[in-house]
Amino acid sequence: MMPDLSSLCRKGLEALYPDKVKITVGRATCGRASGAEEVYQALLAEVKERGLDCTVATTGCLGFCQEEPLVCVQFPGKPRYVYSRVRPELVKEIIVGVINQNMPRKRLLGKVFEDEVLITGEKVKMDDRSGDRSLAENPFYLPQVKVATRNCGYIDPGSIAEYVARGGYLALQKALAQTPEEIIQEVLESGLRGRGGGGFPTGKKWDFARKSPGGVKYVICNADEGDPGAYMDRSILEGDPHTVLEGMTIGGYAIGAHTGIIYCRAEYPLAVATLREAIKQAEENGFLGDDIFGSGFSFRIEIVEGRGAFVCGEETALIASIEGKMGEPSPRPPFPAERGLWGKPTNINNVETWANIPPIIMKGGKWFAGMGTENSKGTKVFALVGDIKNNGLVEVPMGTTLRQIIYDIGGGTGVFDFKAVQTGGPSGGCIPASLIDLPVDYEELTKAGAIMGSGGMVVMNEHACMVDVARFFITFTQDESCGKCLPCREGTRQMLELLNKICAGKAEMPDLELLENLALAIKDAALCGLGQTAPSPVLSTLKYFREEYEAHIREKFCPSGVCRELFELTIAEEACRGCGRCAEVCPQQAITGQRKQPYRLDQDRCIRCRACLNTCRHKAIKVVPPRR
Amino acid sequence: MNLTIDGKTVPVIDETTVLEVAQREGIWIPTFCHHPGLPPYGACRLCVVEVKAGGRPGLAASCTLPVADGLVIETNSPRVQRSRRILLQLLLAVTPGSAVVKELAEKMGVNTTPFEINEQENHCALCGLCVRVCNQVGAHAIGFAFRGTRRRVTPPFGKPAADCVGCRACASVCPTGDVKFTEKGDRLFGENWGADLSLARCSSCGRLFTTEYLFNHVKTKLGPDYSAAKLCPTCRRRSTANVMTGSYLGKVR
Ligand SMILES: Cc1cc2nc3c(=O)[nH]c(=O)nc-3n(C[C@H](O)[C@H](O)[C@H](O)COP(=O)(O)O)c2cc1C
Ligand code: SF4
Ligand code: FES
Repeated sequence: MMPDLSSLCRKGLEALYPDKVKITVGRATCGRASGAEEVYQALLAEVKERGLDCTVATTGCLGFCQEEPLVCVQFPGKPRYVYSRVRPELVKEIIVGVINQNMPRKRLLGKVFEDEVLITGEKVKMDDRSGDRSLAENPFYLPQVKVATRNCGYIDPGSIAEYVARGGYLALQKALAQTPEEIIQEVLESGLRGRGGGGFPTGKKWDFARKSPGGVKYVICNADEGDPGAYMDRSILEGDPHTVLEGMTIGGYAIGAHTGIIYCRAEYPLAVATLREAIKQAEENGFLGDDIFGSGFSFRIEIVEGRGAFVCGEETALIASIEGKMGEPSPRPPFPAERGLWGKPTNINNVETWANIPPIIMKGGKWFAGMGTENSKGTKVFALVGDIKNNGLVEVPMGTTLRQIIYDIGGGTGVFDFKAVQTGGPSGGCIPASLIDLPVDYEELTKAGAIMGSGGMVVMNEHACMVDVARFFITFTQDESCGKCLPCREGTRQMLELLNKICAGKAEMPDLELLENLALAIKDAALCGLGQTAPSPVLSTLKYFREEYEAHIREKFCPSGVCRELFELTIAEEACRGCGRCAEVCPQQAITGQRKQPYRLDQDRCIRCRACLNTCRHKAIKVVPPRR
Repeated sequence: MNLTIDGKTVPVIDETTVLEVAQREGIWIPTFCHHPGLPPYGACRLCVVEVKAGGRPGLAASCTLPVADGLVIETNSPRVQRSRRILLQLLLAVTPGSAVVKELAEKMGVNTTPFEINEQENHCALCGLCVRVCNQVGAHAIGFAFRGTRRRVTPPFGKPAADCVGCRACASVCPTGDVKFTEKGDRLFGENWGADLSLARCSSCGRLFTTEYLFNHVKTKLGPDYSAAKLCPTCRRRSTANVMTGSYLGKVR
């Protein structure tokens, strides 16, 4: 069947900009975690009860996770109101506002005056620019450039028509009229590099797979996303599934594959369901199946669910897992492009990599390469989390500095000093505050001892102990090691032993040397990427925070006040303003005093839970070495 | 196709590994999970060598590294030595009693391990030789289960190995001596795998010589060419010799 882009587009535009009031709720997993479902139900009930003629719609993640649940209200031809932290109580006020055409200003995050369709460059203006609080000028959104997440939070992920209305599947139509070589050339020119962690040039990978001899080939979308704290891929799958399907179909055509497989972790049930629905709609409308756009090219996509092993994100383990074998890596070469799934040439790309393909095809490789740095092109999505004001999902051009991300977008770390940012998850490293002006770029981050990775960015303030941070990640990797090879299985176990010893104040200086040598050996000798990168959190913290390790060992003191046995808390009289908030949060009643006078902390009652440390805005709580 | 190993350029053919080339050239590389008769597995990493050029630079396990034209390999660079020493120390901590490991340690001049020593009864180093040889035999009685430090070799679902034929190949390749079989009366117990098999008696001399299961396994593998008589190796040799001399003499006469 021939896809009917124009009628789909018309249908989509009617749904996106209906001629009645439209209320949209961000209902991706992050929204749901903040109560979006209650808000959605309350809206439905309220609209029904009052017999209102308006649409209540669903969209994906708008990125500003800190402010969720987010609700958008759009009057025909008027700006769109975006409300943050909506609770069922606010729903009533919003509905009353809709009826009276006088929207509440409470929790109004901003207004949207214009939607831009990235693919086509068209702009949808919503007039009545009364000036105030443009969402686009919100510091959280201002520096962002959305390419991979261009539709997240705009469209209903369950509607192929809305995807088409935002330029969807135009790239596929265009690609199928070109030769595979032309497409690969375009991707090469774009400079796109894999967003799954390795950063390998995508065009080169496609070229290998295309030239690899064999009649049957596969493309795979890696949606295993296992880094703790990372959820870029989930948001794309839940918010804009068709961009991944479209990207994969173009990739399949370019390398000569007729089957695509999405390997998605089963812990993402909403993503899986959204994908299933999207595949169904794509098939019904002729974007997947036989003879797509009359080109003679056939392509189908299947979903395989992974079962919770981090290592199954590694490509050879992923392939083994799809084949029904134990999910453990095997040596490369041979690379999947030579011998992959079922022994056939296979091209694996990450979700975000695939999501970048349609815009690259439509707008050209040159356009994409116009963003970013010398060797890192385009944009990158980061999951910005940790001790930071604005948690969320942000997409910025490569080359944006950490300062811009952490301070401008993230809003900084509040009263406590910024200490380090951990990028790249368990395979990545900690970048100290002194390197705050580092641009995010594959090479720059690697040089600093961290990696771009898949896009996790954990911000830490002065109360984070770097030894403990390293221990956290090693605990994760030693638990997730598949156990096949000796350095990773036994090496991470021994690293963890050593780190436990240091955190307990039982280590001696030679242990530190041993830890470092062990880390270097594991990095060099492990079989797969998991083991090879597992030591990075240790090596990078040793590089920038060695004195913290030494304090733990020599002075038996944890200067950040994390390792329980190695510190005490006291109140600095001169800094205490006598506000009494510390006394309120102390579960032990260890803090006593009178308002407006310095408070006192009773060491014997203190269990070092740090509640006061994180509460005192005047930084009057001090971490000191234990008396012993 | 040529490859340079420790400064010497040598011709190589496709489908060989760097370890095989080294062994051919008389260069010693320590190995632990490698066996020439079994598919390479790459688990112990003791055989790492340094790729200097012609491939991804860095360390790679030579037993799984395919040769490639222009590859430049150093088998004993300082970087290789550092990793190998640590790997051996890890191995010593996992399986302190293994004679194979002790011998390797001696050869490499590593005497002790700074790591916490495994005090458990189980000293398996998960080299996977038993699993591979069992697959090679065709029995597929054991495999790996679980992940990370919980990983172990076990029959399916931790139940007594239903497919164990009692060939004891696993015990013969095990470098730590962890795989144990014992004979009691006319029964053979594969202790690690919970196997309990009846032994077959030679129909000529009456000696217990193999398991019933294995005898039948070999019989089905070899097909009708295999004489059905249940004979121990000695008696079988004698019987074959008799047949051969008989027919030879018959022809001469
Ligand atoms: C331990 C480990 C876990 C990985 N997990 C993921 C993952 O969750 N998602 C992903 O896209 N890539 C993951 N990768 C990277 C993949 O092996 C592979 O390089 C990637 O999917 C290729 O896609 P790209 O070129 O588009 O980045 C992981 C690698 C390792 C070593
Ligand atoms: S490095 Fe770790 S995860 Fe990778 S094969 Fe070795 S044990 Fe398995
Ligand atoms: S001998 Fe090569 S990895 Fe074990």
